[in-house]
Amino acid sequence: MIQRRLIPTYIFLAIVSLISVFPFYWMIMAATNNYVDVSKGKLTFGTYAAENFRNLISQQPLGLAMKNSFIYAISVTIICLFICSLAGYGFEVYHDKWKDRLFSVLLLAMMIPQVATMIPLFRMFSKAGLLNTVFAFFLPMISTPFMIMMFRQNSRAFPVDIVEAARIDGLSEIKIFFQMYMPVMKSTYAAAAVITFMNAWNAYLWPKVCMTDGKSLNMVMLIANMTGGYKIDYGMIMMGVLFCSIPTLVIFFVLQKQFAEGITGAVK
Amino acid sequence: MRGLPGSSPNIICEGGFEVEPKKKGMTLVAKQKAAGWTFLIPASAMIAIMSFFPMVKAFILSLQTGKGANMHFAGFSNYVRMFQDKVFLRSVGNTFIYLAIQVPIMLVLAILLAQLLNNRDLKLRGFFRTCVFLPCATSLVSYALIFRFLFAQDGFVNNVLVGLGILDQGYNFLGNAVSAKIVIIIALVWRWTGYNMVFYLAGLQNIEYSVYEAAKIDGANGWKTFWSITVPLLKPTIIMTFIMSINGTLQLFDESVNLTNGGPANATITMSHHIYNSVFLRSPNFGYGSTMSFFVFVLVAILAFINMKVGDTRD
Repeated sequence: MIQRRLIPTYIFLAIVSLISVFPFYWMIMAATNNYVDVSKGKLTFGTYAAENFRNLISQQPLGLAMKNSFIYAISVTIICLFICSLAGYGFEVYHDKWKDRLFSVLLLAMMIPQVATMIPLFRMFSKAGLLNTVFAFFLPMISTPFMIMMFRQNSRAFPVDIVEAARIDGLSEIKIFFQMYMPVMKSTYAAAAVITFMNAWNAYLWPKVCMTDGKSLNMVMLIANMTGGYKIDYGMIMMGVLFCSIPTLVIFFVLQKQFAEGITGAVK
Repeated sequence: MRGLPGSSPNIICEGGFEVEPKKKGMTLVAKQKAAGWTFLIPASAMIAIMSFFPMVKAFILSLQTGKGANMHFAGFSNYVRMFQDKVFLRSVGNTFIYLAIQVPIMLVLAILLAQLLNNRDLKLRGFFRTCVFLPCATSLVSYALIFRFLFAQDGFVNNVLVGLGILDQGYNFLGNAVSAKIVIIIALVWRWTGYNMVFYLAGLQNIEYSVYEAAKIDGANGWKTFWSITVPLLKPTIIMTFIMSINGTLQLFDESVNLTNGGPANATITMSHHIYNSVFLRSPNFGYGSTMSFFVFVLVAILAFINMKVGDTRD
């Protein structure tokens, strides 16, 4: 059965797996225990989950932050997928010399760090009166070279004959995109959706800059703000961290394959 | 590339379709061309407005000084100030320490894990892969907080060390310049190793598995196979993950803010964290902040360029 020479491999992988999983286990245990037990190092389920949850919702706008996070992440995902897939399709199916040049220019944007554009963007949105709105959150995120490249690369598998046949049938160019391309590319869309949603859900620096009024905070900001107080209640904070992690964990376990494809998506 | 738009639409047009659309003033070819460009416009425009334009703006701002909206040009004085700013220089130093220590550890570990998990004789491959990949499912803030508490003075790690009798009492890991950096490095390795492993696993799947079987028959051991097959064939992937890791390390923010808050005494502060503090926490000096952020951009560009060059010449 198990080959003997692989035993060190199994031991190594088991240790690495344990280290990888342990912080999650600790998070869940801490969320169900009170402060004293957590700092004593208790590693089993406690009975304080309900109390931690009550403390959390009485001290923090949990519902609001969850709602905001979902609104932000879903709006980014829908818009980003639409305009980036449209561009990826355009670059691949209609490609010519000038479009290829434009594409290489767009790729340069990959080298621009977020921190370098953050200050001018803050001033732009401030002047436009868009700070603390969902627009400020999603506008800088809806078009990324990575996503365009991912759709362009994957469009290579899209059979061109379909486009030509559709044209002969008299379908307009945009209808070909909606009716032919989108259904065929379902798996690329799924991978792109997972990765975009995760990134938007986990965004911290940009929302911290552009969402300053407390009503527009997202989950990540909420849990980051919780450690600012005088006394740090491990149990309650970990309950918050748990809430922040549930959507991404669910996505991870249900759509792990798409997630991995999304990460490596543009590399083929 | 594949030759769809160049050739085939013309053929369609010559075959009698040409006449009909002229009513609307456009031939089919022209229509298709217009459609192609229209499809690119939203995404390209957004990148131009949200990346390139702010980048240029950042450079212009970096030459200006003043508080809030009152800005005036000041030449390169911000750049002079930057190289005298002790906290900023500290943050650059910290970033390079993370870069020099964390990135190699993480990438080597990631390749090693990918190599081990690519072995078809291994049982439970899917399970191990899921475990190693799992840290990617947390937000950066979440894992920073978890690690902060794990390494707190009354945290889990200290409990274990005291329990084993290694320490008499809890050690303040986050209160010491060296150990705080080590905690950040451990946390980064934990979070990103699985992420990089996914790239290597994808790369390994492109290598014919029979190559490995042939090597095994030829008597090559695991170590030799690793160095003479896996590493050379994964080279493009390695370069890419290296560039991505450099890019990510130069932009570290969430961990510095939430794990150590830059402390103790700026021993772990990163460039982005310092820029954020000097622009959005204290009196807003957009000019000076832009100078530092432009410097980050230059660093990212230079290091990515060197990396690609190094990757080229070794071929």
